[in-house]
Amino acid sequence: MTLHETLPQKPADPRLTGIIKLACLAVGGQGGGVLTGWIEDMARANGYVAQATSVAGVAQRTGATVYYLEMAPAGAGMPVFSLMPAAGDVDIMIAAEMMEAGRSIIRGFVTPDRTTLIASTHRALAVSEKMAPGDGIASSAEVIAAAEIAARRFIAADFDALAIRNGSVISASLFGALAGSGALPFPREAFEAAIRASGKGVEGSLRAFAAAYEVAQKPPAGAPPAPPAPAVPVARGPARLMAEWQLLEARVAALPAPAAEMALPGLRKVVEFQDLAYGAEYLARVEAVLARDSAAQGHQLTREAAKYIANAMAYDDVIRVADLKTRAARFDRIRGEMRVKDGNLMHLTEFMHPRAEEIAGMLPAAMGARVEASPKWMARLDRWFNRGRRLRTDTLRAFLMLHLLGGMKGWRRRTLRHRQEVAHLEAWLATALGHLPRYDLAVEVIRCRRLVKGYSDTHARGLSKFDRVMGGIALVAGREDAADWARRLREAALKDEEGKALDGALETIRSFV
Amino acid sequence: MAERSFKAEVEHLRLGAGDTFTGEGILAITKALLESGVGYVGGYQGAPISHLMDVLADAQDLLGELGVRFEANANEAAAAAMLAASVHYPIRGAVTFKGAVGVNVASDALANLSSSGVTGGALIIVGEDYGEGSSIMQERTHPFAMKSQFWLLDPRPNLPSITKAVSDGFDLSEASNTPVMLMVRIRSCHVTGSFETRDNRRPPLSVREALSNPRSDFARVVLPPMSYAHEQDKVKNRWPAAEKFIRERGLNEVFGPAQAPVGLVVQGGMYNGVIRALQRLGLADLYGNSDVPIYVLNVTYPLLSSEFLDFCEGKDQVLVIEEGQPEFIEQQLSTYLYRAGSSVKLRGKDIFPMAGEYTGQVMLDSLSSFLRQAAPGLLAAVHRAPNEDRPQIPDLTKTVPIRPPGFCTGCPERPVFAAMKLVQKETGKLQIAADIGCHLFASLPPFEIGGATMGYGLGPAANGAFDGGGERRPVAVIGDGGFWHNGLSSSFGNMAFNKSDGVAVIVDNFYSAATGGQDVKSSRADNATKATKNPISKALKGIGIEWVREVNRTYDVGHMRDVLREALTTDAPGPKVIVASSECMLNKQRREKPLMQAAIKEGRRVEAPRFGVDEAVCTGDHACIRLSGCPSLSLKKLDDPLRDDPVASIDQSCVGCGNCGEVADAAVLCPSFYRADVVHNPSRWETRLAAFRARIIGWLQARRAARTLRFEAL
Repeated sequence: MTLHETLPQKPADPRLTGIIKLACLAVGGQGGGVLTGWIEDMARANGYVAQATSVAGVAQRTGATVYYLEMAPAGAGMPVFSLMPAAGDVDIMIAAEMMEAGRSIIRGFVTPDRTTLIASTHRALAVSEKMAPGDGIASSAEVIAAAEIAARRFIAADFDALAIRNGSVISASLFGALAGSGALPFPREAFEAAIRASGKGVEGSLRAFAAAYEVAQKPPAGAPPAPPAPAVPVARGPARLMAEWQLLEARVAALPAPAAEMALPGLRKVVEFQDLAYGAEYLARVEAVLARDSAAQGHQLTREAAKYIANAMAYDDVIRVADLKTRAARFDRIRGEMRVKDGNLMHLTEFMHPRAEEIAGMLPAAMGARVEASPKWMARLDRWFNRGRRLRTDTLRAFLMLHLLGGMKGWRRRTLRHRQEVAHLEAWLATALGHLPRYDLAVEVIRCRRLVKGYSDTHARGLSKFDRVMGGIALVAGREDAADWARRLREAALKDEEGKALDGALETIRSFV
Repeated sequence: MAERSFKAEVEHLRLGAGDTFTGEGILAITKALLESGVGYVGGYQGAPISHLMDVLADAQDLLGELGVRFEANANEAAAAAMLAASVHYPIRGAVTFKGAVGVNVASDALANLSSSGVTGGALIIVGEDYGEGSSIMQERTHPFAMKSQFWLLDPRPNLPSITKAVSDGFDLSEASNTPVMLMVRIRSCHVTGSFETRDNRRPPLSVREALSNPRSDFARVVLPPMSYAHEQDKVKNRWPAAEKFIRERGLNEVFGPAQAPVGLVVQGGMYNGVIRALQRLGLADLYGNSDVPIYVLNVTYPLLSSEFLDFCEGKDQVLVIEEGQPEFIEQQLSTYLYRAGSSVKLRGKDIFPMAGEYTGQVMLDSLSSFLRQAAPGLLAAVHRAPNEDRPQIPDLTKTVPIRPPGFCTGCPERPVFAAMKLVQKETGKLQIAADIGCHLFASLPPFEIGGATMGYGLGPAANGAFDGGGERRPVAVIGDGGFWHNGLSSSFGNMAFNKSDGVAVIVDNFYSAATGGQDVKSSRADNATKATKNPISKALKGIGIEWVREVNRTYDVGHMRDVLREALTTDAPGPKVIVASSECMLNKQRREKPLMQAAIKEGRRVEAPRFGVDEAVCTGDHACIRLSGCPSLSLKKLDDPLRDDPVASIDQSCVGCGNCGEVADAAVLCPSFYRADVVHNPSRWETRLAAFRARIIGWLQARRAARTLRFEAL
């Protein structure tokens, strides 16, 4: 084939550099349409021709949405604008959520040569992240790290919280950040005029706009500020109890620092759960672990034991739930969260569903065990108690009932549930410590206690996963890499509800032992 | 009423000659219809043309003034059938629906209409739901035009071109006695821009007037021998007439230099994407002036052989830019070249990907690849041998989760599927067929209910093979929209006639919700022009289905589960149908929120419910989320070093629908949930009672607090 050189070569049309390409990735319902509308109206009002388009489809229902806008100074003719963002060809990328920022990077809309990335760091968790029985939340840090590399300029802040603080929604704060970024050739007044022209919720929008404008103008140096350190809880109570508490605190202080760090909140948890004597028992258990621990590994075993023994000792029984539900601090917290104003009242409804197991668990251990062993009695208890109960804890009857239940701590140690929990705890600890001197394996077994959580069926499923994981560990206990396998099994167990991943991991183990 | 009101936009439809309309593509089309003297309009909603139907519904006054009849058709088949009015009468008619699915439904009527031919212009506006943001199977509408011989317009995606296509479409239809389909893609429907308007025109003959002078002609009826004559007429008269019109009116466009080694043949809808790629390659300027000749097919069917061959004259290679598969246009054009004995090399899907959307990157890659091969002289050095040194951007594909659409906050369908999930825990996995609509989101996690969808209104029909029953009954899910679209006859008629043993759940949310909240026959709203408030259960009884259970508050998960269990286990013969009714929360909130705020302001007593989670009680197992997926039920990481897993947390957007509490109760999950009802403007007696209670409760709390050790964060 011959090559024709009939046409002269030309550089790209210099007028093309005048096109500003702006994309916005949002989650359905975030007001991406409002934001695009403002930008478009502002561009037109300031001597630009603009074209916007969107892909909403079914994505309007909480799915990912894309808005795209191009503008150029008005001139002789009508520019030909594209209807979709192209990889490597976006000047301004607005991501209304952190993972959407990640998605914009994946799609190539953020490039170091040209893109200003404005992202809100807050998270709207996807269903897949929320469903996992463990911690399935995606890493924002990874997205931020990628954005630092991918974007020419990266402006990030929690624009959602900022908008809410100012009585508005995220579209307003993102518009403010866009103005503050200086990426568009329009003055601040032009942005504000667009908000005013829309005529809806103008005051709130302008407040959120102004706040975000400031943030974008002076982006915080380096990484986003670390969240404020959690407030340290302080003990309060009668002098006699306080004196005893201080003795326990002193025992914690005597532990090696890594262990003490975990043992102090652990101690608070068990004392709050039961009483100071129970706290002393807790410390005795922790100290017993310490006796077999070594400084060489940084007392990791004691630290992990301090954490999980506390969780195991402060198990979730009816008394604990009733106690937590009837505290004054809880009532105040909820009133604050629900923004109950003076002159308003608040009704509070709890959703309880006791089963025969919970009732039997409350009986004295020997009697409870007999009841639990008798299908007839369990059926009877179910008939009497097993139904959903809506308790209005702002009324006297329901409050009193829970208040009395919550006050039954003196009774707790005699119950069947307590005996079961203690037995489980001791067996688990013994198994873990039995693996010593194989330190890593012992630590991993301690950590498996994380699997036991939830109530009723979920709790039963957790226990069964715990048992299966322990069984799996027993199979590989003789191997060099037993600790690795223990960790892998635990992580698999936290992946899905039915334990499919765990079954898969166990299958693998059985294939080689 | 639809979820978005277009009352403000309707005013734009009144613009006259010399005015400028600025707005969305789909509204511009509506305006162009009125300017073309359309006599009747109709259609069936669906993305991306829902707004067209919503605007028309909101524009009833204007339509009345102009003597235009608007019909919200029962489905796409009904809409296409309505175009029968243009067969005998010189009245212009337009209907709209989505493609390819709507066209599938309408195809029977479209084929008959195309056989009969039209006298008045008949325009079908199809929103082609293809590529990113699409909610349907990825297919093309194109072959429907080929098989039925109607004409297909695919204008360049800007408002002047799209609106011109409307008026050209009517003219073409009348000049060739053939219905014309105007295809607009998702982004073209939502693209904004401006065009100069003309005055609206009253139809010369209105449908009311036509009724006074009825016409008929058996030669137009699709019966032998006339049907044979229709086929001949299509080929011998209508097709040539269309070609003549397209050529003479210059509906297709040629841009760029007359002489060049290569040329591009593009579907009108692809034009802007092509220009952008050329701009990036330095071969076009801001205004689209291109150094490469471009033949723009604003009419993609029929294709004009002579026009195409003229364009190819003197070129070595011509590239066809045609989105979707198979490549009908490319095949047709290569036939033209072959028959003409041409030596021009036709390129197309050998360069472009066969399937999928032509995104910016695809366009750039394919065009530069073509030009590098066919005319490297055109390209600047930088594009001939791209040698980019880009920094390595970390791969986030494993980090960023997918975000498919799901049920809205407070959706009344969520508890239906939570109940189904609970029932399946008792019965084991069931055979479940799904339909089209919001409820199809249940097929995704966390519910994973429903294994297949066969089309709108076809959910229960899709279980036909299992109608005979077995150890466990098959279950089908269908929405109220699907029920009235086609489900009553195709699905429930089928079940009743075949004495199905299956279970069908009708999720009745009072609207055609997924398409934007349009009214359907069973909607509870008053509608001045439509007959609403027709209970679904009555229709079921009417076709002989006896076992019907109505659940009037789906949020009662326990009850919902019991009814499902009953349907699965009852001895009653015949179909078991559950009508699960609760209003779409999106629409309910839109309606009730302003009323509630007004009531609070006026000092009336209002209870505002919202849910919460006690984070100390929640153990972070997320069982509640696996039965919900509600956007307002999320997770929160605690500062507590003793806790590994994030706990459930309910944010401000909670509408207090009750699902959380009901699920926690029905599934016996945990006692973490609570509902707080804030009472605005309580009565004096109520306030006094609350104060009395608070005093006693406060005293008890203080008493216990004084005796125990408490830890308080400062």
